Amino acid sequence: MFLAEYQSKELLAQYGVLAPDGRPARSPDEAQRLCKEIDARKYVVKAQIGAGGRGLAGGIRFAATPSAVADEARRLLGSTLVTDQTGPAGETVTIVQVEAAIDIAQSCFVAIAFAPETGQPMLLASSAGGVEFEQRARMDEDTAQSCPLSPDSPEARAEIASFLTGVGITEAQSTAIDAIFAARHAFTENDMTLIEINPFARTSDGRWIAVDAKVAIDPNASFRRPEFASMVADRPAPADELAAQKHNINLVRLDGNIGVIANGAGLGLATNDMIMDAGGKPANFMDIRTTASSMDVARGVEILLADDRVSAILLTIHGGGMTSADTVAEGVNFAYAKATRKLPVIAYISGKHADWGHRILRERKVPVESCDTLSAAVGRVVELAGQRRAR
Amino acid sequence: MAIFVNSETRLIVQGMTGRSGTFYTDEAIRYGTTCVGGVRPGKGGARHLGLPLFNTVREAAESTQANASLVIVPAPQAGPAMIEAIEAGIGVVVCVTERVPQHDMSRVKQALAGTDTVLIGPNSQGILTPGQCKIGVMPTVNALPGHIGIASRSASLTSEILAQCSKAGLGQSTTVGIGGDTLHGVGFVDCLKAFRDDPETEAVVLIGEIGGRGEEEAAAYLESVDYGKPVVALVVGRHAPRGRRMGHAGTLSVLGGGTAEDKIARLRAAGVEIAVHADDVVAAVARATAKAPQKAAAR
Repeated sequence: MFLAEYQSKELLAQYGVLAPDGRPARSPDEAQRLCKEIDARKYVVKAQIGAGGRGLAGGIRFAATPSAVADEARRLLGSTLVTDQTGPAGETVTIVQVEAAIDIAQSCFVAIAFAPETGQPMLLASSAGGVEFEQRARMDEDTAQSCPLSPDSPEARAEIASFLTGVGITEAQSTAIDAIFAARHAFTENDMTLIEINPFARTSDGRWIAVDAKVAIDPNASFRRPEFASMVADRPAPADELAAQKHNINLVRLDGNIGVIANGAGLGLATNDMIMDAGGKPANFMDIRTTASSMDVARGVEILLADDRVSAILLTIHGGGMTSADTVAEGVNFAYAKATRKLPVIAYISGKHADWGHRILRERKVPVESCDTLSAAVGRVVELAGQRRAR
Repeated sequence: MAIFVNSETRLIVQGMTGRSGTFYTDEAIRYGTTCVGGVRPGKGGARHLGLPLFNTVREAAESTQANASLVIVPAPQAGPAMIEAIEAGIGVVVCVTERVPQHDMSRVKQALAGTDTVLIGPNSQGILTPGQCKIGVMPTVNALPGHIGIASRSASLTSEILAQCSKAGLGQSTTVGIGGDTLHGVGFVDCLKAFRDDPETEAVVLIGEIGGRGEEEAAAYLESVDYGKPVVALVVGRHAPRGRRMGHAGTLSVLGGGTAEDKIARLRAAGVEIAVHADDVVAAVARATAKAPQKAAAR
């Protein structure tokens, strides 16, 4: 889960990472008023959304005076920004950050994340910063170089110094290194999974500043970091995705008309691939977790039945562990017993207690058509969904 | 033979007295796994499912000569539990717990470095050597002893592929769930190396998905050696939207990269036979075996 830019910079600043003087504002008036508190000759107004790519989408605007700041804030607040990371629906701007515009002498990129192989923090850096980095990184994922980032010590600082020299970050290098170890401290103290500072900018007076920063906090650590739950700036999840989460179901809304129920992330991805290959379009990705009860499954099915985009349901179940096929079938049956809208179900059921699963659906009069293979089930549901859409 | 676990494996279960721990220990015993005890701090000396309970992994290992542990405890305790097993010198540690914090896994990986312990998981279905040893949460109804090695990032898809293989008469040497998380123990490359050294394994199936670098690393490894056995890969998530977490945490990489197309292209370039979709794996094994008949026969 990502924090907003202003929250990310506030948090990093507590550990000594410098950021431009700035304040979040929720209205144009507030934005104008805050200018008095900010020591600046020129201002920048930045849309606070949970996705990157906002510079190219017009979410960053410069303003010379407090009244120009108010104008820019008025333009951004309430508007919807569509970037290559928001998805087609975009994200509505509810907060803008008003900041002192920085005179940038050199613009770079630094990030801290875990190296997947060793599981230890690593530093990524590039002498290209800002939008230039984003554009280059899109073409070549090796734009940033990486190196292990050990806990702060003279040896670790020496390693980072020679790494930064190789990258091309040489001016005022010791202050850059201070900022990097301050960020590492913040990373380990707050269950962060990513710190991305871009641009990481050098001012003409030799300071390195986090002009923009993005911090991700591990949602799996929420039990010991409850303070972040209220700060999350992830794009607000649709109501049905949140409802599914409460029932041990991972749901991602897609834009098709075939409702998909699968038990397991891999099986769900495999099923959706096959639907697309067969010319159909899934309305969702659904992963019923291995510990789900039949009532959890029922809730997942209800969400699909209530979705009027969905014209047919594909049930892909491989029974195993504690969620055997009969448990899932019971859940489907519960949902259908209560539902007024009973969409046709095409089922491919295998694995533990597959025969019971089939029997439950058949005997309880769920409008189900069973297939012997996943390919056959996918072919049938695509055909059915096509017919129902044409009608 | 098989990889990592076999009929000689002696299993303890960390978290055996919990609801899931009880259920899966019972299933493992019924399958024929040699279970020798459980760990539950404060319950040392008691018995559960007819097996002795110990306060610590070290005590359990000393009393029972256990060489494997199943970690099935709530996420906040999973990291410390894995570290305890590693420090006690347990040879194979399998963690099925989901949602383990990454910073905890970072400490686990630090504890693991330089040891001989094989860590499987977390967020893994576990490891199964059909007919010999089951450690994990997978169904066994369709498992068949044989010569296909499977390594996978997902659980139910693996069980489905395994069932299809068995139906076609392709039994399995060992199936390893490397888990769906970003930071985990053994990866595809470790499994490929172990399967290469295992005389029972005649072909390997990798089941990958979007996110991470595991499939790319497998491709790089296969390019660097004369592997000698047919390798098949299924990579799912070809049509998944970018930038969304699709169930597994590992599907959303904070550093980007890792599209299915890219993984498939690299694996294909490394000589891997690609299963186009989930129903194509058995056919892909046949295609791969037909391509390398001399090599397979030579073993």
